[in-house]
Amino acid sequence: MPGMSKPADDETLTRSGEGGAMWMKGADMVVEALRREQVEVIFGYPGGAVLPLYDALYQCGIRHVLTRHEQGAIHAAEGYARVTGKPGVVIATSGPGATNLVTGLADAMMDSIPLVAITGQVAKTVIGTDAFQETSIIGISTPITKHNYQIRHASEIPKVFKEAFHIANSGRKGPVLIDIPKDVSGEEAWFAYDDPPQLPGYQPTVVPHHMQIRKLMHGLQHAKRPVVLAGAGILHARATDKLLAFVEKYQLPVVQTLLGLGGFPASHALCLGMGGMHGSAAANKALYETDFLINLGARFDDRLTGKLEHFAPHAVVAHIDIDPAEIGKNVPTDIPVVGDVGEALAMMLSIDVPAPDAAAWREELLRVKRELPFWWVQDGDRIKPQRLIAEIARITKGDAVVTTDVGQHQMWAAQFFPLNRPDRWVTSGGLGTMGFGLPAAIGAHFGRPDKLVVAILGDAGFQMTLQELAVIGEYQLPIKVVIVNNSALGMVRQWQEMFHGERYSESLLPWQPDFVKLGEAYRIPSARVERDEELASALEAFLSEPGPGLLECVVDPNENVYPMVAPGTGIHQMVGVKP
Amino acid sequence: MTPVLSVLVHNKPGVLNRITALFMRKGFNIQSLTVCITENPEISRMTIVMSDMDEAALEQVMKQLHKQIDVLKVTDLTDQAMVARDLALIRVSSPIAERAIIHSLIEPFRANVVDVGRETVTVQVTGDAEKIDALIALLRPYGIRELARTGLTALQREAASSADPKRAGEAQVLHI
Repeated sequence: MPGMSKPADDETLTRSGEGGAMWMKGADMVVEALRREQVEVIFGYPGGAVLPLYDALYQCGIRHVLTRHEQGAIHAAEGYARVTGKPGVVIATSGPGATNLVTGLADAMMDSIPLVAITGQVAKTVIGTDAFQETSIIGISTPITKHNYQIRHASEIPKVFKEAFHIANSGRKGPVLIDIPKDVSGEEAWFAYDDPPQLPGYQPTVVPHHMQIRKLMHGLQHAKRPVVLAGAGILHARATDKLLAFVEKYQLPVVQTLLGLGGFPASHALCLGMGGMHGSAAANKALYETDFLINLGARFDDRLTGKLEHFAPHAVVAHIDIDPAEIGKNVPTDIPVVGDVGEALAMMLSIDVPAPDAAAWREELLRVKRELPFWWVQDGDRIKPQRLIAEIARITKGDAVVTTDVGQHQMWAAQFFPLNRPDRWVTSGGLGTMGFGLPAAIGAHFGRPDKLVVAILGDAGFQMTLQELAVIGEYQLPIKVVIVNNSALGMVRQWQEMFHGERYSESLLPWQPDFVKLGEAYRIPSARVERDEELASALEAFLSEPGPGLLECVVDPNENVYPMVAPGTGIHQMVGVKP
Repeated sequence: MTPVLSVLVHNKPGVLNRITALFMRKGFNIQSLTVCITENPEISRMTIVMSDMDEAALEQVMKQLHKQIDVLKVTDLTDQAMVARDLALIRVSSPIAERAIIHSLIEPFRANVVDVGRETVTVQVTGDAEKIDALIALLRPYGIRELARTGLTALQREAASSADPKRAGEAQVLHI
């Protein structure tokens, strides 16, 4: 269609052309493309370069959520994507609007979150002249996006949007950015959206090679100490049922990554929980002693592996990943399998091999799981953050959507909130983005409006993006904001205590705003709880109230996250295991 | 090992930036990089000479290149029969009286004088990197005023791609 001339009667913007094509303005094309992609909500913030686009969005039927900062918009889009599996869509203007997306793009890139980010750009005629609010977001975002586009003419819009959504949400998922110069929005061209994307350089392998699967299954039957490592790939592939079937068929113990939580039921007897730096004793014992490790969609992140020479040193390693570049990147791999973990699991289930003779190994791990769980000591009347999380899980029956920020409270949430279902866990893993949890909760709500969303935040991270309380207040969203207040950058403080001789350089926050008044200023019912004996009743009241709420929980500031694999040590060298 | 990679990419604005940004992000060092259009105007060929690296690192480079949406094909030419050429322009001090010496030095290299001035001559030489290094070393005592090199560009030899199709087709081309 591009290249065909303009129709004679140019008063009709939606006149039909060949093959159902429509003659449209660029800005209207963007809206039409979003509609064709079945986008139900956009998170964004208007500005000069996106004025024509916002004009087209006005009363277009697609919901738009105005956050109070572009960073809030992109983290909300991430939260939406994490609970729905669909690409999150965010719009920002040129210059500062675009640069405010940078943290979210990097976060989504690290954690393989599908996003389509649309940025305005100054008009083509002034690109390169340091025009008002001009920045080279293509240059800036290239290393932190899966792909990006700058549109040079409106006729490219359908093709670019089709490709962008396809790239964002296939293969190893990730963020795609589309930069649209302001004058492109006003250009007119033919719009046709039915052609499949033509991307000869992008052909992700979805179905694994059957020989590799055979090799894996052959290895499994001879294993004495097999372990499954379940990563976020299980969630991206929507393969939780297949994982459960495979694990039960061969009675394999399961270790999870931080981002893989919820991919296998925490309540399952074979679940050893999270491994790695703050993982469980049983999970790390399994990863250290295993002789056959099946990695399903995890990328062997350093927070999981600890010092590499001590990671699974005796194991045959099988690694199933949709991204071939992850295989062998950190851990030498004996059985590489490139493909979607759901497809791989289906193939693994279709081959019957004798179950490995691993009863003794299983019993040993389950004994460790039983005897050395995550733990804390209740002394005095201070609220223990671990108990706070466990209480939230108890009261919500583990069925809430949980978002977290980054740091100690995040690790406690991972340890003490048992996740039994997928799409309930929204956390920033690879990038470790403070300020993520509150806006992500807003996005998660729009993705799963039927679920209670609990945002578990630290007092420091909360203050990085707290302006988004305005969105919660404005729409009276049923989001429960829990501030785990230890008056510190807790994880920084913990590392300074352990590794820097208790020199608490810039990590203590003895001065705090009044969080209750802050919540009330945004017209969110807010309360504070400081004593352990009041905790359960305060939480029950807080969580059962309909609508939004904010609860400041003043916790024991000296509490540290344990167990811990100190940096530079192996996963078998844990400190702080339950005595 | 100094790997030589031949990479076919879309001939589009910004693709070179994507590749160099990738090298920077992943901490890969390159010795030379040439880019030019191929017989198909929509496709460019990059010939990349990497700094010394082990096989695992090279595999990672190739996989990361392949992840780029604008990269169509990545071929490792390092151990392949290939035609690889570098071109250098060397401006060397050459008073008229000494000029015959320069001519006799460059002649075995099949190099040419492409510019002549009163004080200098400019020599053009093509060949593999070792040959060019050797000529530069020979000319250095006479005073090299300026030097420009293109970096290596390369193609697989026909013999390599046809005689052993399995090796040429599978072993070196990264199929993902």
